[in-house]
Amino acid sequence: MLNDWLYVGVFALVSMFLPAAAISIAALLSPKKPNSIKNATYECGMEPVGPAWAQMKVQYYVFTLIFLVFDVEAVLLFPWAVAYKQLPLYAVVEAILFILILLGGLLYAWRKGALEWL
Amino acid sequence: MSGLQIVFLIVAVVTLFSGVMVVASRKMMHSALWLILTLLGVAILFATLQAGFFAIVQVLVYIGAISILIIFTLMLTRRVMDDEHPQVIKGWWLPAVMAVILFGLIAGFLATWEDFQVMLNELPADAENLAAFGSALVNPAGYVIPFEVASVLLLAALVGAIYIAVERKEKVG
Repeated sequence: MLNDWLYVGVFALVSMFLPAAAISIAALLSPKKPNSIKNATYECGMEPVGPAWAQMKVQYYVFTLIFLVFDVEAVLLFPWAVAYKQLPLYAVVEAILFILILLGGLLYAWRKGALEWL
Repeated sequence: MSGLQIVFLIVAVVTLFSGVMVVASRKMMHSALWLILTLLGVAILFATLQAGFFAIVQVLVYIGAISILIIFTLMLTRRVMDDEHPQVIKGWWLPAVMAVILFGLIAGFLATWEDFQVMLNELPADAENLAAFGSALVNPAGYVIPFEVASVLLLAALVGAIYIAVERKEKVG
């Protein structure tokens, strides 16, 4: 079991090492002749205007919060789904109640237009 | 020293260092990124304790959702990248001394526990029983009330955030 995690660790190390190697080798080998145009923030070839820090839309926050809520719901339902085969009927009803309560939240978000991108 | 201990020491040092950097960084966005490394360290500690479910949950919920939420919250605020205020308050040494004393008390108290010297034992493969956890969650004699209350809590968070972010904005704008 612990050895299985070792594979995950090796993959994580390799996946951190490869981009780090690419960036550091490029930083070591490349000639450095910076000027203001080269140091400008890259923005798909457009000339950047104004400060890079702009206030984001509140929709990002709402979408992430809705995602977080249903992420936690999925995490709580996962052990229940693993035990599904050995559960009595009322346990299934309890989980359906759990889902329905959160479905109410989803309907509220939908009804209030929180899922629309303005 | 076994390989597991070396992994633990490295992960513990990285976790503690990034935890310090969360509060010591001048830029809030950097703090948020350091927080991700701290949470990843905790996930690895869960994995070394063979709590695989919690390691995955830590990555999925904390790194995948909560840190993204924190970063988006930072992106909503203005001028967070140039904090010019001093980071250290005047009487910083007093909490530091108290924290060291508290740590010494807890560590000294734990050292009297007879299993304090026991090294990490590897559990059998079936030790982490998710099915038992799942049936305990919906068992009336187990944790069904916290389970259902959790959904009400999530509902409250969802409705509250939408009320503040969407409905109030309509009234103001």
